[in-house]
Amino acid sequence: MEKEQYPLKKVCIICAKGSIEDVYASLVMANGAVMEGIETKVFFTFFGLDAITTKQMKKLHTATVGNPAMRMPGGLPFPTILGMLPGVEAGVSAMMKSQMAALDMPPVDEFLDMITAGGGEIYACKLAVEMFKLKKEDFNENVKDIITIGDFYGLCGGQGTQIIFT
Amino acid sequence: MATKTLAGVTVEVNEEGYFMDPSKWTKEMAVEIAKEEGVELTDQHYLVLNFVRNRFATGEALTIRGVGKSGIVDIKGFYGLFPGAPMKKAAKIAGIPKPASCI
Repeated sequence: MEKEQYPLKKVCIICAKGSIEDVYASLVMANGAVMEGIETKVFFTFFGLDAITTKQMKKLHTATVGNPAMRMPGGLPFPTILGMLPGVEAGVSAMMKSQMAALDMPPVDEFLDMITAGGGEIYACKLAVEMFKLKKEDFNENVKDIITIGDFYGLCGGQGTQIIFT
Repeated sequence: MATKTLAGVTVEVNEEGYFMDPSKWTKEMAVEIAKEEGVELTDQHYLVLNFVRNRFATGEALTIRGVGKSGIVDIKGFYGLFPGAPMKKAAKIAGIPKPASCI
């Protein structure tokens, strides 16, 4: 591979959704950047706050209704009527978690530890925090601060920066 | 594909500088590669290098989480020993191929 002339210097990720796949997408991307030595900042907003709220971060689910990409393990389509049944969402989410654990993907709290261990910074969106009536004590210890989007944009300056919305 | 002379021996490396043949690696070579990467090797570094080499040899997945749980360093310590991109740096200095894991 040729050496990139203008390598990424900073990656800023905004996570606005709270399903397992969306949260883990943000976390893997953030950790991936940290592991490459790229300055990384993550901003959690709206349902993304679930990923950094101590009470919710271990209970993330994936949608079994209205998720057109969801399939049965054999590859057949996943019937909506099945996804509606009590316990199915929890069961499918648990299966997803165990698949990820088999690939050595850590649970969310450990993942946040890994990201900050490498120098990444984690922020919560002030507007969403107010909307969901949360406080700093509700968040994981790795959350650096509760800031506005304007503050976050201020942290995203510099050449070679990319902002990614998930 | 290219060759590199380390500790007086010529070894084959790929375009990014990773060893093509991990068995040719010696500790003396590690010191030279480490110098290029801006790292001065201490005993702790060697413990980590041996850990990643063993992991590679067994074929088990090599993840940064694995290194953190190895008992040698925690993840913060790992970033301290090999600043910037620890998995890539450690693999290069340890004479194993570039880690293929996303985590």
